[in-house]
Amino acid sequence: MEFIILSFVKAALVAAVLLTLAAYLVWIERKVLAHIQLRVGPYRVGPHGLLQPLSDLIKLMTKEGVMPAQVNKFYYLLAPFLAVFLALISISVVPFGTEVEVFGIKTYMQLTDVNIGLLVILAISAMGVYGIALGGWASNNKYALLGGLRSSAQMISYELPMSIAIASPLLMANTLSLREIADSQSGFVWGFIPNWYIFQGYGTLFIAFMIFITAAFAETNRVPFDLPEAENELVAGFHTEYSSTCFAAFFTAEYINMVTISALATHLFLGGWHPLFPEPVAGIVPILIFGSAGVVLLFHASQTSSTRPWDRYTFPLFGLVSLGLAGLFTLPMLPLPDVLLAIGKAIHPLFWFAAKVGAILFLYIWIRGTLPRFRFDQLMKFAWQFLFPVALINMLVVGLIVALR
Amino acid sequence: MDALLFLFFALVAVGCGINLVVQTHPISSALSLIGVMGSLAVLYLLLGAEFMAMAQLIVYAGAIMVLFIFVIMLLNAGVERKKGTSMLVKALGVPALVAFLGMVSYLIQRLMPGTENVTFGAFQGGTVQAIGRKLFTEYLLPFEVTSVLILIAILGAVVLARKEI
Repeated sequence: MEFIILSFVKAALVAAVLLTLAAYLVWIERKVLAHIQLRVGPYRVGPHGLLQPLSDLIKLMTKEGVMPAQVNKFYYLLAPFLAVFLALISISVVPFGTEVEVFGIKTYMQLTDVNIGLLVILAISAMGVYGIALGGWASNNKYALLGGLRSSAQMISYELPMSIAIASPLLMANTLSLREIADSQSGFVWGFIPNWYIFQGYGTLFIAFMIFITAAFAETNRVPFDLPEAENELVAGFHTEYSSTCFAAFFTAEYINMVTISALATHLFLGGWHPLFPEPVAGIVPILIFGSAGVVLLFHASQTSSTRPWDRYTFPLFGLVSLGLAGLFTLPMLPLPDVLLAIGKAIHPLFWFAAKVGAILFLYIWIRGTLPRFRFDQLMKFAWQFLFPVALINMLVVGLIVALR
Repeated sequence: MDALLFLFFALVAVGCGINLVVQTHPISSALSLIGVMGSLAVLYLLLGAEFMAMAQLIVYAGAIMVLFIFVIMLLNAGVERKKGTSMLVKALGVPALVAFLGMVSYLIQRLMPGTENVTFGAFQGGTVQAIGRKLFTEYLLPFEVTSVLILIAILGAVVLARKEI
């Protein structure tokens, strides 16, 4: 009984955090893209546009959902549901941090720890094609159909190099459980190089990481591989005919998939929740980051210009929040009752995990702001004639290294 | 709990299987087949064959069926029209099916005692390690022969496709 209640609480927590994160990822993407292009980005709704996701949500929910004539109704409505459903399922096997103790109950920061976790993610991401392909087909629109077909072709093609790239860290870790993979990367070489798989295997695992990231971009239909929704050739690709909540579902699914695949890359190559620096330094880094951010924001609050009057109130607020976070990270170093100490110990791994996932998500946005789109034949040629052979040879070399170790 | 799960997913599998035959649209049939494969994967999981379950999902539901659906969409196959069935089929179809199923289930009951564990060759347990170890030691030769067979199939496909161009 306790197990069921605990699972429900954890599932609700993970889903809530993930959906909020997906909404704010859109805000962050718009902001970062805007700054790359020397614009300001969303600014009007709330301080610095921070309430923009909320207003977007209300807009999408209250809009009229138009269903085009002559569509296959069942599949038309099934497709967005399937997309979100599969996207939310695959996060369930991803761990977020170490074991925590809440009110005397010990639990892992993870929904379920299955010993074939990686295979589960691969299987569900393989099923993810159906949401898009079905949506494109059921819309009864040639652009949508072309987008759906492109997407399925692309996802099948890039699944091969991705799976082979995943095999390299698996050969090193000798397990399929994401928790054990992350735990096998603790410690440091020569006291300062972290024992992450990306730094091992004489550079071969770095190549595997690059292949994985490239294929991950294609799997999530992001620039430069966003052919399924190329707006200047296919209107909006597979979701041309979707509006209102159904469109929001596709949109959310894409962003959740981005988060999942970033978390997967973090666990496989970047050491999960293990810090980048050895212990005394690792504990201070988050305090330094949040503390300096808070101080800078408080300093700027005193010299705001008249063109941005809101900054006078928002900057001190954000500064204080930042300083509060810095204070939270000092908890494990202070002589405190056990409850606070437990919180302090739990948030440090969470910080490192979130930092790595955030870095990969930033890479996604950065590349969207930098690279143009591929042509479709280039995309396929790249997958089959370059990425696939390189991944195969690379895996052979990794296997040799592991065998000779 | 196990029995309930088995009953539910077995029912889903059979329901999807019947739906596969009954549906007139190819896409519906293909999706029903995916439903069958998904529930079969859950049944494998209940038997403790975790690797088989995931392989079922990745290979069949994830890869092969995507190709099926891809082809159906590209060919834009429409709804099948029902042809007139003869009186004999209408009258004897259902009884013949019931008799056949009864015979098969009787044979299975007789040939396989229900108490024994089902084993498959030398494979013990369904974990990835167990299957991998057996596959690369005891069953290395069949494994390699199968891989060559698949390679031949791929080469054949390439040759056939090239002739078209």
